[in-house]
Amino acid sequence: MQKDEIIRKINQLLIDEIEIDETQIHPAADLKKDLGIDSLDFVDLFVIIENNFGFKMKAEEMANVRSLEDFYNYIISRINLNER
Amino acid sequence: MNRVVITGMGIYSVIGKNLAEVRESLYKGKSGIIFDPVRKEMGFRSALTGMVERPHLKGVIDRRMRVGLSVQGEYAYVSTMEALQFAGLDQSYLDSHEVGILFGNDSSALSVVESVDILRKKKDTMMIGSGYIFQSMNSTVSMNLSVIFRLKGVNFTLSGACASGSHAIGIGYLLIKQGLQEMIICGGAQEINPESTASFDALNAFSIRESEPERASRPFDRDRDGLVPSGGAATVILESYESAVKRGATILGEIIGYGFSSNGEHISMPNVDGPVRAMEKAIRDAGIAPSEIGYINAHATSTPLGDSNEAQSILDVFGNSSPLVSSTKSMTGHEMWMGGASEVIYSTLMMNHGFVAPNINLDNPDDITSRLNIVTKATSCDFKAFLSNSFGFGGTNSSLIVRKV
Repeated sequence: MQKDEIIRKINQLLIDEIEIDETQIHPAADLKKDLGIDSLDFVDLFVIIENNFGFKMKAEEMANVRSLEDFYNYIISRINLNER
Repeated sequence: MNRVVITGMGIYSVIGKNLAEVRESLYKGKSGIIFDPVRKEMGFRSALTGMVERPHLKGVIDRRMRVGLSVQGEYAYVSTMEALQFAGLDQSYLDSHEVGILFGNDSSALSVVESVDILRKKKDTMMIGSGYIFQSMNSTVSMNLSVIFRLKGVNFTLSGACASGSHAIGIGYLLIKQGLQEMIICGGAQEINPESTASFDALNAFSIRESEPERASRPFDRDRDGLVPSGGAATVILESYESAVKRGATILGEIIGYGFSSNGEHISMPNVDGPVRAMEKAIRDAGIAPSEIGYINAHATSTPLGDSNEAQSILDVFGNSSPLVSSTKSMTGHEMWMGGASEVIYSTLMMNHGFVAPNINLDNPDDITSRLNIVTKATSCDFKAFLSNSFGFGGTNSSLIVRKV
């Protein structure tokens, strides 16, 4: 899967499943402060990512994920790891 | 002691999704019972049930507030919105006053089943998501609505089997009467799905008159063969008389009596003595004579023993005063955890609109039920007070008395 395609898919999932306002989505957005994703939403993101990308996120790997760009990069790195 | 009045009502039921629809159904004697083929396929002895569609709340309340709502929580959100609007209460009022919530609810089976099904399939609790825990607990309705409406007063759920909704109103009445709260959102909620009623179906307690769904629930009739499960949600706004007058609120009725008791006998078989004591306690609390009660909304669920015992208990308490009696469960089916609250609403609608709703499907009373003054057709009647009975497993009994103000 290409990087652009992954980002588009993540953005759409955030809009459809977490109901984030489309206008707020940009790479520098802070997941908590700007997008309002709280600890319970993170629990749902685990399920959404598993259902749509076929792998399980690990809480310990998410420790340094702060911005949406961090999140894209994390998902891309996990997909690359799985495809290798 | 404060006087306690009802200043708002809301209903989401199998005979109507708001007060206006329900009032019309009550008057017309409309049944909300259907045959549910899914239950038959699953192996139910009886596929009869009350049915109402799930409310569509996407776009109405935000996602975080929706994901924790069980199906009965969704019903209760709708009934509570109607009750708040009726009472003239907006969010700014709720934000600036200590308003409580007490709901009757005694299961949340579908959420439990669905979340455990995910676990069995995925073998990882992380795949269950964030919503199910808040949907699965018995307190799901009060916990979610207290957050949605940002309530700051008393906040818990009463589980008293099929008397849950009635006890919730009774306890709310006592708290306001004692001066501990000024306003409480009270009600009852009942999920509708096969998961929540399968084990009840196993007791042979449901009617199997599947060829005539609308005629299956027939309280007090000689040929009654069991109850029909049902559900929905009902909300009443209870408030001190002083607060209601200060706000200029419309007063729909005054709660003047709450009586409760336990049979102290069998877990599922009702008796006569327990309901008699609950009704007598409510009448003593109200400080009125039995003859002042013009209408009794009976618990009568259409089971052979339960209806006979309630008929006998009414005769024991009311003697020759012969109030009008009907069981609205003949139309709604047995709304279980919700019933005690919804039946206060049905009866208050009747009291304020001058009629008594029929006990439909009563073709032939039996020896005991023939001695009651049961209404079989909508009857114009200007009654001043009613008593509503609710009884449940474990022998829990609740009687409420409401009068016109």
